Amino acid sequence: MITIDGVSQTFKGRSGPVEAIRDINLTVGEGEFLTVIGRSGCGKSTLLRMVAGLLKPTAGAVQVAGETVRGPRRDVAMVFQKPALLPWRSVEDNVMLPVEIFGWRKSEHRANADRLLEMTGLTAFRKRLPHELSGGMQQRVSLCRALIQNPKVMLLDEPFSALDALTREELAVELQRIHMELGTTMIFVTHSIQEAVLLADRVAVLSSRPGQLRRLVEIPIPRPRSFGHNAHLDQVANISAELHSLLLSDAHLPRTQTA
Amino acid sequence: MTDIVAGSRGSRVWVNAALPILGAVITIGAWWGATAAFHIDPFYLPSPVDVIDSFMRTPQYLLQETWTTLQRVLIGFVIAVAGGLAIAVTLAASSVVERMAMPVLAAVNAIPKVALAPLLLVWMGFGDSPKIVMVVLLSFFPVIVSTMAGLTSTPADLRELARSLKASWWQTFVKVRLTWALPQVFVGLKVATPLAIIGAVIGEVVNPDHGLGSVIAGSGASNDTPLAFAALVLLALLGVVLFYLVAGIERVLVPWARTINS
Ligand SMILES: Nc1ncnc2c1ncn2[C@@H]1O[C@H](COP(=O)(O)OP(=O)(O)O)[C@@H](O)[C@H]1O
Ligand SMILES: [Mg+2]
Repeated sequence: MITIDGVSQTFKGRSGPVEAIRDINLTVGEGEFLTVIGRSGCGKSTLLRMVAGLLKPTAGAVQVAGETVRGPRRDVAMVFQKPALLPWRSVEDNVMLPVEIFGWRKSEHRANADRLLEMTGLTAFRKRLPHELSGGMQQRVSLCRALIQNPKVMLLDEPFSALDALTREELAVELQRIHMELGTTMIFVTHSIQEAVLLADRVAVLSSRPGQLRRLVEIPIPRPRSFGHNAHLDQVANISAELHSLLLSDAHLPRTQTA
Repeated sequence: MTDIVAGSRGSRVWVNAALPILGAVITIGAWWGATAAFHIDPFYLPSPVDVIDSFMRTPQYLLQETWTTLQRVLIGFVIAVAGGLAIAVTLAASSVVERMAMPVLAAVNAIPKVALAPLLLVWMGFGDSPKIVMVVLLSFFPVIVSTMAGLTSTPADLRELARSLKASWWQTFVKVRLTWALPQVFVGLKVATPLAIIGAVIGEVVNPDHGLGSVIAGSGASNDTPLAFAALVLLALLGVVLFYLVAGIERVLVPWARTINS
């Protein structure tokens, strides 16, 4: 579904060039849930923005559904760290925004919006303005807004990182349900090992500065998975420990060695 | 619990209605007290009673003149707002135009408008037009500056959202930037309201025919200070009413703004 082919990104910073991403090669299968994990500043957002077509790679190319990405696509939906809701629009009008912008017929997508609001438990809040909702509910609205595009691919950039721990877990479990139900291909950026292990089929671990693919870790735990008690505690612990050491050891690697 | 709620509602009424009235009463009281205590000649500073007397002598006439001034203010203000918004949108749409036009607009704004009044008399003669033009000249600039500020303050996350949805420039402008700018636009409108009234009065004082500015100019010639004060009080009331009218429209149009900024 997604092919990331030798992608690099170097920004022209004020004090010389900043190499954010170097030579990443990855393929993401149809319906796969890939998590990208790495320390902050290692280029996760940059990588995702290149997949989204918001940023042109300085080298390499990204393909989605067999086509080279040259700009944003309607079948690729983004969810940002901030909910990015329009403060003057009600919950349902925010969800309908992509429909309006795409020039789709609203009446044909109302039912879908209703279903998404129902699925995320927002039906009772449909007429509310964003500032009347909690952070978790706002992020649910932004999930619905992405889902109404009927995306083949969803790109999520640390969508839960601004939320409190309990709400995060709740939303992660909800996202797992959405993924199981819809089978959308997902790339989910996070710096939380817990989230990565709960959600991913595979975890791409990035090294920092410049971001390079350090390891691809498979998570062969059957779904639905859950936080806390479950039958796969040992496996979860092992994988978490592995990810942990991969992320931590990265700090001790001298620059030349990562290069 | 209910006590706390009732208390806060009571104090809101107190803050919204009683405090402004109390402020006005204290101000008028101090004015009155000063004129009485120091036996000030009404020719220099009339007491509130003198002013009310003066108003009651010819209430119809003064209200008529108030209406004339109000009409000029409103027409000029509407033109300034429409023109200011249009100019701001044009400038926001094209940085080339902005670079070219901004210095010119700033220069025009910096000209002392009183100095233009005699020229307006030459160009337009007597009547409404030179006064309305004066209103426009004084009040357009804050509308432009605040609208521009609003249009360029769209948060990065909303801009990124619009880009990721492949929204056209026009869609982004209408659905995101313009509405986002509204609270700032209203800041400009609130600054422009008193300026519009000042503009009308300048026009009428320099080039008197009708309106409260003309009343003030005439009262100077006839040494009728209480009448001038009556006109000033009416102008002040006009200013307060228009300001709160704009604030009221803001509340209706952008109810979400308060909560965002707090
Ligand atoms: N537009 C930009 N211009 C210059 N440098 C940038 C830009 N965007 C990101 N960077 C730099 O690229 C690196 C990676 O950033 P980012 O992808 O946001 O990291 P992450 O999302 O992993 O925290 C950082 O060092 C950041 O400062
Ligand atoms: Mg980031």
